[in-house]
Amino acid sequence: MTFKVVHYINQFYAGIGGEEKADWKPEVREGVVGPGMQLAKLLGEDAKIVATVICGDGYYGEHTDEARAACLEMIGKYKPDLFIAGPAFNAGRYGFACGDISASVGAKFGIHTVTAMYPENPGVELYHKKTYIVVTPDSARGMGKALPAMAALALKLVKGEKMGPARLEGYISRGMRKSFFNEKSGAERAAEMLLAKLKGEPFRTEYEMPVFNKIPPAPAVKDLKHATIALVSSGGVVPVGNPDHIRVSSAESYGTYDISKLDAMTPETFQSVHGGYDRTFVNENPNVVVPLDVMREFEKQGVFGKLYPYFNTTTGTGTAVAFAEKFGREIGAKLKKDGVDAVIFTST
Amino acid sequence: MRLELHKVHISGLKFGAKTQVEKGVLCVNKDEAAALVAEDKRFASVNFDIACPGDKTRIIPVKDAVEPRVKLDGKGYFPGFCAKMGKVGEGKTLVLDGAAVITCGPIVAFQEGFIDMSGPAAPYTPFSATFNLVLNVEPVKDLEKHQYETALREAGLKLGVYLAKSCAANGTEADEVQVFEKGDTFEEAKKYPDLPKVAYVCMNITQGLLHDTYLYGADLRPSLPTLLHPNEVLDGAMVSGNCVSACDKNTTWHHVHNPIVQALYSRHGKDINFLGVIPTQESTVLDGKIRAAQMNLSIAQQLGADGVIVSEEGYGNPDTDLCLNAKYFEQAGIKAVLVSDESAGTDGASQSLADATPELTGFISTGNVNEMIEVPAMDKVIGHPEAIALLSGGAEESLRPDGSMYVELQSIIASTAEIGFNKLGCEWI
Repeated sequence: MTFKVVHYINQFYAGIGGEEKADWKPEVREGVVGPGMQLAKLLGEDAKIVATVICGDGYYGEHTDEARAACLEMIGKYKPDLFIAGPAFNAGRYGFACGDISASVGAKFGIHTVTAMYPENPGVELYHKKTYIVVTPDSARGMGKALPAMAALALKLVKGEKMGPARLEGYISRGMRKSFFNEKSGAERAAEMLLAKLKGEPFRTEYEMPVFNKIPPAPAVKDLKHATIALVSSGGVVPVGNPDHIRVSSAESYGTYDISKLDAMTPETFQSVHGGYDRTFVNENPNVVVPLDVMREFEKQGVFGKLYPYFNTTTGTGTAVAFAEKFGREIGAKLKKDGVDAVIFTST
Repeated sequence: MRLELHKVHISGLKFGAKTQVEKGVLCVNKDEAAALVAEDKRFASVNFDIACPGDKTRIIPVKDAVEPRVKLDGKGYFPGFCAKMGKVGEGKTLVLDGAAVITCGPIVAFQEGFIDMSGPAAPYTPFSATFNLVLNVEPVKDLEKHQYETALREAGLKLGVYLAKSCAANGTEADEVQVFEKGDTFEEAKKYPDLPKVAYVCMNITQGLLHDTYLYGADLRPSLPTLLHPNEVLDGAMVSGNCVSACDKNTTWHHVHNPIVQALYSRHGKDINFLGVIPTQESTVLDGKIRAAQMNLSIAQQLGADGVIVSEEGYGNPDTDLCLNAKYFEQAGIKAVLVSDESAGTDGASQSLADATPELTGFISTGNVNEMIEVPAMDKVIGHPEAIALLSGGAEESLRPDGSMYVELQSIIASTAEIGFNKLGCEWI
């Protein structure tokens, strides 16, 4: 089977003109144009460039919605199996156009897309999570390097072959981690890395430290006697039977449950489904993780104003930071809207 | 200190009249083994199964793995459990290399895992390549969880020692002798004055409530970091007692095989002077984490270490221990390489650690615990397949009616072992 490919280039590589023609509106030509000729040779028998879409960089940047829509319509007519854009090297507007149209084609038609840029091209930052971007030198002098790399990656994708790590395959990471089997064990790699470190030789860490968002704590509650306080927990306490199927680990959801009529948590009505700690004691007395009993007592004594009628809960073990952040934002927004002044957050 | 591991290469496993090795095949007298385990009245029933490499067999839920070993001087093994209290790391140890005791039974907690002897999950665990005697027990009714964990842990150790002891008594001879020999730190420093001095810091889950590690029979949780000769680690000083996530708990089998100890040992006298092993804690409270990390540093400094390898056990809050270790060592001028797995989410797009510090510049990845894997149904399931719903890395919908499962790597025993046993590691894609 020969895979159908549509190629995207700008007005310059189509031979239409330079900056003076940057407002060129999208057009489509059958077959190959400009760098597409060499790219077609490199793709060989397995894939054929059936059409080339051309758009001026200025037009795409200034009329992005119109340009994108027009290009998508042209591309869609060919029902391609694969879409390739560029290479854009370090040209900023061309990089933006290549990234945007590649990401849009991938999202709309569900096909693989490949573009190529210099790592500092602003298009990389914007689109690297949404398309494969092959690493290129900074100018068209690198065309001889860029095209074979693009063709090789594109063929691999369209044939459904196993894709290796970004640094070995020559593309820019899409911001995801994946496990691979190395040649050596982790222990051997650790010993080798330490030797290199001790000798002052270069070494490659296998994970660069992330920078976490630092969230300043809210100021202290001034008037506790009139404050509304909510209970939130990552201790996995849910109504018996776990009605919302919150996962025992790596949670991707949280639950919100009514406690307005309860004076305490009882083992008959609540249980913990948390997969990260010994639940023996919490299942005998769920108040040790969600201290509803003590809160009611304090509420009656007038220590604070009112207990918020719902508690929010999830399992905090192996939970992806992205989900934890999402839960936090959603729960926080809801509590704020409902006039909650403070939260007691119990973790385990 | 000189340790000789007298290894018998095991290439088969069957039940037989006598517990011994015949031409590489480990024969097990089932009744004798069962009677030994049944001495513990906390078990209502005791069963054995055999699982060999390549079998279409799944074992679930697995608690621990133990390599059959015994001291050849008749002193048992695992001091504090199956041997009188005493020092290990010297003398001769008989090892049934390639065999393992796997403990299995109704779920203890939530963090036991599974082993597939073939298929796509097999390459992720070393126990798909060992000849496994699976101990499958039922506890007596209403046995308290912590009691059950203790009983199962002790039964696995006892069985492992029984196998090796019987083989030794029945004349089994070693195919290979592996020697580990190293003097004290002063002797070695005199011998190799120009080699960089390296220590290994082995972090252990020590959080109580089914999250425990034992050193010479002592619970490490209320203990402090200490210093061991590497031979002690390779000769049964450390025992796993934890039900932390299956993927990254160091089983008792892993402790005696500790690959970081072996990697540093093999470079001793050539590239480095290997000072020793510092078993250390992962406390549940910040003060405890700081205390342990500071004491690790203090021990390494007293020894004059130039570099350290630190391995984590578990994920989540122990990431903070990992970061504190990196920070204190690097700030003190001791080069550090840290080994850990990653919790990057099922799509791999989330931040991998629950903590971070800029001093952590040398990171070795042992894989993403959240990565999903599709595993087909097996012809035989030893244990309780429905347990996957409650295991970390599993979910209610994991087990399909046809017996196949869609689960996270973390439900496979030792898939992301942070002592770097496997070749798995994460890359950016």
